[in-house]
Amino acid sequence: MSEKKQQVSRRQFLNYTLTGVGGFMAAGMLAPMVRFAIDPVLQPAAQGNYQAVAQLDEITNEPQRFDWTMDQVDGWYESTVTKSAWVYRNDNDEIIALSPVCKHLGCFVSWAGSEDYPDQFFCPCHDGRYFKDGENVPGTPPAAPLDEYEFKTEEGTLYLGKAKPKGGVI
Amino acid sequence: MLQKIYDWVDERVDITPLWRDIADHEVPEHVNPAHNFSAFVYCFGGLTFFVTVIQILSGMFLTMYYVPDIENAWRSVYYLQTQVAHGQIVRGMHHWGASVVIVMLFLHTLRVFFQGAYKKPRELNWIVGVLIFFIMLGLGLTGYLLPWDNKAYFATVVTLEIAEGIPYIGEMTKTLLAGHPEIVGAQTLTRFFAIHVFFLPAALFALMAVHFILIRKQGISGPM
Ligand code: FES
Repeated sequence: MSEKKQQVSRRQFLNYTLTGVGGFMAAGMLAPMVRFAIDPVLQPAAQGNYQAVAQLDEITNEPQRFDWTMDQVDGWYESTVTKSAWVYRNDNDEIIALSPVCKHLGCFVSWAGSEDYPDQFFCPCHDGRYFKDGENVPGTPPAAPLDEYEFKTEEGTLYLGKAKPKGGVI
Repeated sequence: MLQKIYDWVDERVDITPLWRDIADHEVPEHVNPAHNFSAFVYCFGGLTFFVTVIQILSGMFLTMYYVPDIENAWRSVYYLQTQVAHGQIVRGMHHWGASVVIVMLFLHTLRVFFQGAYKKPRELNWIVGVLIFFIMLGLGLTGYLLPWDNKAYFATVVTLEIAEGIPYIGEMTKTLLAGHPEIVGAQTLTRFFAIHVFFLPAALFALMAVHFILIRKQGISGPM
C-alpha cells in the first residue's frame, strides 16, 4: 500500500462519515423548527393604513385626545381595538399628532396629567414629562420624545397612519 | 414482598450502587445544622431545590385546567381557583413558590459568595448557578403573563419595551418574544406559555443536573 492510502484510516473515515451524517440529520430536524420559531421576525412590516380620526375644525391649539377604532389581526385572532392620539396645532398652524405611549416603559401619558405641570404631557407611572412638542423633559425618566403619527388631511378630515419615532437617534 | 421485588430487580440490574451513590453519603459535620446550628445557611440550596420541585408539580397540575388562549386564559384561571377543589391552594403554591424560589436562590447565592465557596475548583459550578438564576428569572417573567389579567398584560408590555431597548437587535428580540412586532396578544400568550412550560424547564433540568453532578464530583467546600 502506498503512503497516500494510509492518510485516512478506516476508523477516521467512519468517524467523519458518521459525524457528517449525524450533522445533516440534526440540521434537517432543527431547520424547520427554528424557521417556525422565528417566523414573526421575518414577516414583512405591516402597511400603516390611514384611519379617519378627527375633523380638522375640532383641532385646537390645545392638545386633545382623539380615540378611534380599527380592525387588528393578531395571527388567528381578529378584533377591533381603540387607539388614541394627542392632536393639536402648533404655533405655525401645523398639525401635530403625538402617540400617548410613554417612551420610558410604555404607560399612557396625558396632557396636563399633573396639576403641577399644566402645559406638559405627564406619565403617571414614573412621573415622566414631555413638553408640548413631545420633547422629553430632561431629568425625567423618558429618554426620547413621544412618537409622532404620520397623517394626511382630506376634505376636512384628519387621517392618522403609523406612529413613528421622532428624530432618529435614541 | 417489597423486599422480594427489590431483590428480584437488584439481582438482574444491580440497582443498589445507583441509589447508594445518590442517597448514601456522609454529611460533613460543618454543614450539619444538628451539629452546629449556624450551619443552617447550607440549607438554602436544598430549599431552592425543594421549592423548585413544588413549582414543577403544581405547574403540571395547573395545566390540567389552564388554557393559553386570550379569550379563555383568565377565565380558566378564575375557574380553577374558585370552582375546583383546592384550586386556590394549588395555584397559591405556584404563585407564592415563584417568589420563594427566587428568595431561596438569592440566599443560597449569598452563602456561596460570602463563604468564598465559588473559588477554585468550583468556578464552573458558580457559572452554572448564575445561569440557573437567569432561567428562574425567565420563568418568573413568562409565568407572570399567563393569568392574562391587567397586571400581567402591562407588566409584559413593559418587559417588551425593555427588550426593545437593546441596541441593534432590540426590535428583533421583542418580535421574537412577543410573536408580533406591535401587538401583545394571542401569539404572545402562546409563546410565553411554550417558553414557560417547555423550553425553560428543559434548560433548567439540564443545568440542575450539571449543578448536582459537579457538587458530587467536587464535594462540598470545606469549613471556613
Ligand atoms: S413609563 Fe412613563 S415614566 Fe416610566
